[in-house]
Amino acid sequence: MALLEIKNLGISFGGLRAVDDVNMKIEKGQLYGLIGPNGAGKTTLFNLLTGVYQPTDGTILLDGINIVGKSTAQISVAGIGRTFQNIRLFKKMTVLDNVKVALHNKVKYSLLEGILRLPSYFEKEKVMDEEARNILKVFDLDGEENYYASNLPYGKQRKLEIARALATNPKLLLLDEPAAGMNPNETAELMDTIRLVRDKYDITILLIEHDMKLVAGICEQILVLNFGTELANGTPEEVLNNPAVITAYLGE
Amino acid sequence: MVNIIEQVINGFRTGSIYALIALGYTMVYGIAKMINFAHGDIIMVGAYALYVFIVLLKLPVIVAVLFTIGLCALLGMMIERIAYKPLRKAPPLAVLITAIGVSFFLQNASLLIFKANPIKFQSIVKVKTIIIGDVAIAGITVVTLVVTLVSMIILTLFINKTKAGSAMRAVSEDKGAAQLMGINVNRTISMTFAIGSALAAVAGILFLCQYQSLKPTMGALPGIKAFVAAVLGGIGSVPGAMLGGILLGLIESISKAYISTQLSDAIVFGVLILVLLLKPTGLLGKKRIEKV
Amino acid sequence: MRTDKKVIRKPKQLLTMKNLLTLTIIIAVYLMIAALVEFHILNRQFTNLIVPIGANIILAVSLNLVTGFLGELSLGHAGFMAIGAFTSAIFTLNVNMPGNPEFFLAIIIGGSVAALFGFLIGVPVLRLRGDYLAIVTLGFGEIIRSIINAISLPAGLDKAGKLIVKKGTMGLSGITTYSNYTWVYIAVIITIIACANLVKSRHGRVICSIRDNYIAAESIGIHVSRFKIMAFVFAAFFAGVAGALYGHNYSNIKATDFGYDKSIDILVFVVLGGMGNIKGSVIAAIILTVLPELLRSAQDYRMLMYAVLLIAMMIFNSSELKTRMQESDKLSRITRLFKLSK
Repeated sequence: MALLEIKNLGISFGGLRAVDDVNMKIEKGQLYGLIGPNGAGKTTLFNLLTGVYQPTDGTILLDGINIVGKSTAQISVAGIGRTFQNIRLFKKMTVLDNVKVALHNKVKYSLLEGILRLPSYFEKEKVMDEEARNILKVFDLDGEENYYASNLPYGKQRKLEIARALATNPKLLLLDEPAAGMNPNETAELMDTIRLVRDKYDITILLIEHDMKLVAGICEQILVLNFGTELANGTPEEVLNNPAVITAYLGE
Repeated sequence: MVNIIEQVINGFRTGSIYALIALGYTMVYGIAKMINFAHGDIIMVGAYALYVFIVLLKLPVIVAVLFTIGLCALLGMMIERIAYKPLRKAPPLAVLITAIGVSFFLQNASLLIFKANPIKFQSIVKVKTIIIGDVAIAGITVVTLVVTLVSMIILTLFINKTKAGSAMRAVSEDKGAAQLMGINVNRTISMTFAIGSALAAVAGILFLCQYQSLKPTMGALPGIKAFVAAVLGGIGSVPGAMLGGILLGLIESISKAYISTQLSDAIVFGVLILVLLLKPTGLLGKKRIEKV
Repeated sequence: MRTDKKVIRKPKQLLTMKNLLTLTIIIAVYLMIAALVEFHILNRQFTNLIVPIGANIILAVSLNLVTGFLGELSLGHAGFMAIGAFTSAIFTLNVNMPGNPEFFLAIIIGGSVAALFGFLIGVPVLRLRGDYLAIVTLGFGEIIRSIINAISLPAGLDKAGKLIVKKGTMGLSGITTYSNYTWVYIAVIITIIACANLVKSRHGRVICSIRDNYIAAESIGIHVSRFKIMAFVFAAFFAGVAGALYGHNYSNIKATDFGYDKSIDILVFVVLGGMGNIKGSVIAAIILTVLPELLRSAQDYRMLMYAVLLIAMMIFNSSELKTRMQESDKLSRITRLFKLSK
């Protein structure tokens, strides 16, 4: 059974058909890419997957279960994590806390235990500290754990967002333009990190990107969207050499 | 039977005043994306200004009315320049607190100057009561309805047919783009506040002539109710503010007559909560999609 | 055998040097206050201020939870104070128990009923945000006051054993003035510790994350409404406690004592002390309770000055002057002292 299966997914905003009859099957462990010109509906698709928007048609099956109609928080608990196109970090919190807060569903103690500072508070906080630090280390952010998230340089903020999403232990990780604003060195580093994350944490990754080198470099399968609907679907070689795809990006 | 018609007419009258005030809220929200908490208190300033001009300075009625409207328009622009403009890039919570500060300031300044005791005021409306069949319509009601209707027509024409009006619409759609098109955003925002405050002044004058009494907190409750009206009609929508105002006036009038005066305030808040929970964009509002 | 182990193993991290030091300071300050009052070192005017100062600290710290840490403006905080004051007063007026247990129960009841109302109001309303939530909380503050004025209150038995029923608008009188510096001090300490501990727990982190970016918070599995309600109810409880303490400080209370003006009062404490800064709220509450007493002559201008203060603080907070001050080394050393319990 595929990890994620999208069937005939569609959403209309008033008269605008932002996403139309999209079908997608992502197998467990795949590195899947989602590309298309600006306005093609890629982020809208992410928002549909995470319950930010409710589709007007179609179903989304995560591990066989239809998640349409569930709230964003419920979908996160069900196993989908995401990053955002315009970074949404918790600016007034430290780097470490940004990741720790994502662990709140995994490592729990009750409100009373927290307020009364019972032993379980100290134990669980220590567990969270360690886990958070481990995740930060993967992204080379452990040195900055006490910085406020807003004080990190742009590239590191993007990495922190991925780290935070990872802390929720998702089955499927959605990355929305993770390489935006990065130079070629940072992008290459990111490619390695994404591959490492996929292997080490045994998760499936769906990413939106405009950087074709990254997409071609790590994605195993790519779906191309244009005007909200599928334009092409296949391996990087197939898709990037598809004349319709090239036309969509470059124009006639 | 007669009772219902009178209640409905009262509802239209109260609703007209709410509509005038709601227009100010909605225009400012459309342009500056903020709820001007102090808007209701401009009504109070308008009422006291009229009192000062007519009773204390003994100016002719027309002059006093014009001065009042002008004063409030100026006040609105000044508040925007001093308190809101520095916070254009600040988080919404900061703007909200500042607006509350301005509202509080106006109320307490008025309290200091005029003291808390209600001041009696004799209406300047000399129109006689109209009697149609069994129904008596007070002069002030007629004037309120006419003035409001005329104001709304002028405002709609202004927004849709003039260059300045288009500028206002442009800035409320997309500030950045409007600026790139050569529109003076600051001047447009100032003008919006001026017009909204002028309308509030008119509402204040009509309100004063209706209830014939002044006190520093007189603007607070009508202001909040007009806000509910703006939300009901769809915040950001000018026809919505008009519709919401009239509707809320009717709801309040009927509640006061057939349920209870005490509870009518609570009912108005109830309307707000219902609208926000069931259809947050209001009756005529556009669905604003937050970019995620 | 396993139970023995649990009893013997002490929570190492609770019994740190820092916590022992804090405990010592808490006791020392209490003894100091006790001495000041019992040996009449402080004059009448200041002794009378101790309970209001304490109540205001509790109100400021609890409102800071909602406004500073959760990031939502609540303009009805005084309403919860009113609920606490009236329910606790009704309890002590109508129930006949020995003093201290009766007052203790009254405080708990005041807080709990306020918390209950916080929950009942919060569930439908906390889905809203920002301006809308603020106005609705304002509405509830006013509605609570109207309700108190509209209903009849049981005010204990008269000499013949019949129940005295008072109209809400008359308020309640003849309340036993249980509040003293001891009760207030303990309540203040508990409030500060509870709120500070909440903030530095996983629940507190969640609450702060909702303030910083609720969309991102949802994306990591946080049911935003649930936690907003949690913060709101928590804050309402302590506002109720403050109300109970306040209500038993004077022998009569009226609904008008707990109006919009009071809610703004509390907001000023929070804004001046720094949103999200518990220590700041404490200091601001103390200063702004004492100062008006000292400046009795300027009483009329107090609200006006508060209004200006609110506007000025907000503009200053977003201004370049503040960022330059934050980056300046000398000032940051002083401000760091205030940010220790953030």
